[in-house]
Amino acid sequence: MGARIDVEALRIAAGNTTLVHDVSFTVEPGQVLALIGESGSGKTTIALALMGYARRGCRIAGGRVQIGDADVLKLSEAGKRALRGRKVTYIAQSAAASFNPSRRILDQVIEPALLHGVLERAAAESKAIELFRELALPNPGTIGQRYPHEVSGGQLQRLMAAMALIADPDVVIFDEPTTALDVTTQIEVLAAFRRVVRERGVSAIYVSHDLAVVAQMADRILVLRHGRMRECADTVQILATPADDYTRSLLDAARVGEHAPDVAAANAGTPLLEVTGLSAGYGRIRDGKCEHPVLEDVELKLYPGQAIGVIGESGSGKSTLARCIAGLIAPVAGAIRFAGQALPATLAQRERETLRRVQIVFQHADTALNPMHTVTRILERPLAFFHGLDAAACRRRVAELLDLVKLPSTVAQRNCVGLSGGQKQRINLARALAAQPDLILCDEVTSALDPVVAAAILDLIAELRREVNASYLFISHDMHSVRAVCDGIVVMRHGRKLAQIARADYARGPHHPYYEQLARSVPELRVGWLDEVLAAAGRTAPASRGTSAS
Amino acid sequence: MSAPASVTSAPVPRRKRSLGLGLPGTIGLLVVLAWLLVSLIAPWCVPGSAQEIGALPVFAPAQAGHWLGADYLGRDMLARVLLGARYTVGVALVGALLASAIGTGFALLAAVSGGWTDMLLSRAMDTLISIPSKLFALIMVAALGASVPLLVITAAVIYVPGAYRIARALAVNVAALDYVVVARTRGESRWHLMVHEVLPNIAAPMLVDLGLRFVYVVLLLASLSFLGLGVQPPAADWGTLVRENLGALWEGGLAVVSPALAIASLTMAVNLVVDALPGRDARKAVH
Repeated sequence: MGARIDVEALRIAAGNTTLVHDVSFTVEPGQVLALIGESGSGKTTIALALMGYARRGCRIAGGRVQIGDADVLKLSEAGKRALRGRKVTYIAQSAAASFNPSRRILDQVIEPALLHGVLERAAAESKAIELFRELALPNPGTIGQRYPHEVSGGQLQRLMAAMALIADPDVVIFDEPTTALDVTTQIEVLAAFRRVVRERGVSAIYVSHDLAVVAQMADRILVLRHGRMRECADTVQILATPADDYTRSLLDAARVGEHAPDVAAANAGTPLLEVTGLSAGYGRIRDGKCEHPVLEDVELKLYPGQAIGVIGESGSGKSTLARCIAGLIAPVAGAIRFAGQALPATLAQRERETLRRVQIVFQHADTALNPMHTVTRILERPLAFFHGLDAAACRRRVAELLDLVKLPSTVAQRNCVGLSGGQKQRINLARALAAQPDLILCDEVTSALDPVVAAAILDLIAELRREVNASYLFISHDMHSVRAVCDGIVVMRHGRKLAQIARADYARGPHHPYYEQLARSVPELRVGWLDEVLAAAGRTAPASRGTSAS
Repeated sequence: MSAPASVTSAPVPRRKRSLGLGLPGTIGLLVVLAWLLVSLIAPWCVPGSAQEIGALPVFAPAQAGHWLGADYLGRDMLARVLLGARYTVGVALVGALLASAIGTGFALLAAVSGGWTDMLLSRAMDTLISIPSKLFALIMVAALGASVPLLVITAAVIYVPGAYRIARALAVNVAALDYVVVARTRGESRWHLMVHEVLPNIAAPMLVDLGLRFVYVVLLLASLSFLGLGVQPPAADWGTLVRENLGALWEGGLAVVSPALAIASLTMAVNLVVDALPGRDARKAVH
């Protein structure tokens, strides 16, 4: 049923700027092509152009898009409307933002079929339920009666796939459909997506920045950068023998690197940070318990010079742990000791010197830097506040800090709004370093960044560990990055600490089953990884590749 | 949004500094300064004879020496407009500035402190809003007599809660952002958080609000004068001049059009300046 996609010299512009430069590719019926690249590389823009659509301010300036027998760009508005949701469908990154929160799921899933007059309501509903079953959703018969907020993120993403498949399209566009999901959920969703794509034989475009995920999904990979095509080849070939330098740097960023330096962290003496029996949460406190507990009875020890990673899925309480240590949330029970002294629960009770010694770095550099301040002003404030430096000394120190985080001194006078995500995150780190802290709490510092940029930030953190004498508590959902910079891993789930594993023991197992599950769920950069994981988990063997390709 | 955003952010951001108001902003500033000057020196420059009733025919057209003709009592319209400037510019501009400044200040305090401070301030503002503005003005004038400082204070008190509401809604969102949290973990004072972290990020919309609030005060002033609670005759603010010369609409209109144009020019000028001020990035900074 899949259609052949032919894109020739596609050019998309915004004003006088060309966003996509003459991109050409072909997708055979039933094939999956991945568009991969960093943010701003034009991958979503190209994917949307396949539906003849350009976002506000952009226009398709030239080229040809042929899907089956339709020349998409030459179609009238009515013709394009007949194409969208019928022949070509789209699965967005955030299903939560794509569903109408006040309508039942089933009504929304069958809407494309009704709108295009493909099916009667009763037939559409039974087909939707069949799709729910195919996508391995729980209670396929009744899940459609719920509202979007009543199902999980992974389920909603699969429900969106059902919406995309209800009208039997020829082409499905997946736009980073698993980026917002936890790794263990991602596996389920990827497996479901791949099965329906193969069984129905639709052609698919898979947009992603994650090579490891793409390796499981795609037959061919097209690498994009700055709107230009760098390389387009079979998945196996790209992974084994990349022809382009940029592809190689993407591959390097995706491979597990051992960045962690051999800092002689003595597990002896007084721990720098010692958390005992910590419980915290939100809402009213009754009988020493929170209405909505987030952390329960967490223990943690961090010795001077160490970096400990805290890993867990969303909702595991790892950020709350960091906020408790930083003094932003007062714990309900338990104690935090810092350098042998009890750490007061709230910021107001802590001395300035204590505040200086614990610094927190947040995930989103966009919101962590005041958009009205220049880089200099952002960095000078902690210098003047904690160390009382005068103007000249401040200026010297700012230059040193910028050098430390490998930014050119020219950014000092700039407003942080104009900086790239990676640059902002470096400023964010430099601000924490300006206080000369003993402990830096890194809360998901790389998760909002592109892989190549994130790898560079991890390198920087590893280097800072060598150059700056500080300890790190590194919070992340990403096993790769934690392994890359940390001496040990703390695994959290549902607000409890499940296990703590030292770096020397990563390879030796078996560890806690949940840690093993997490470690297994991180996609590996090779074809066939997903099949192995599914086979190991005892699922039905996936359909062989040959059956769907025509 | 990734693709277009990266394109717009690529060039080095323009830094318009102090005097770079742009042409519209500069024109606006010049007009505001001109009216301020008029409001300060008019009482000493306009001859007393211009104020005489019946010096000219009622609603006389423009003529040499009387460039705007005459009002409904035959007084020179130009003199009336120039003399009216001090009430409108003085009361409305100062009143609006006061209302905005006080409202923003309390809002910053409420947003940064949260908890009880926020609760008490917000309920106090709700209480103020519940008093009908005209009634409040009536009580003030009845108790303390009509005077320009009193009108300024009355206007400010009436419009503080509105400014507070808008500023608080903006400030609460900013106060929850990570850069404010980082400043908190640094142990910064409340004053630093309010003035250096939050205020710059709500200043742009608050300036726009100031322009709007200024227009409200002009209208309030005109309606107070209509009730006899505002500027006392024979002195008159521009709003009053428009109302008392409404009859001129049928006679040629200069007497009613000229104060209306004066209001329009000041309002537009204030808004032009406000739009050109450093906070012009409001739309950019908010996202």
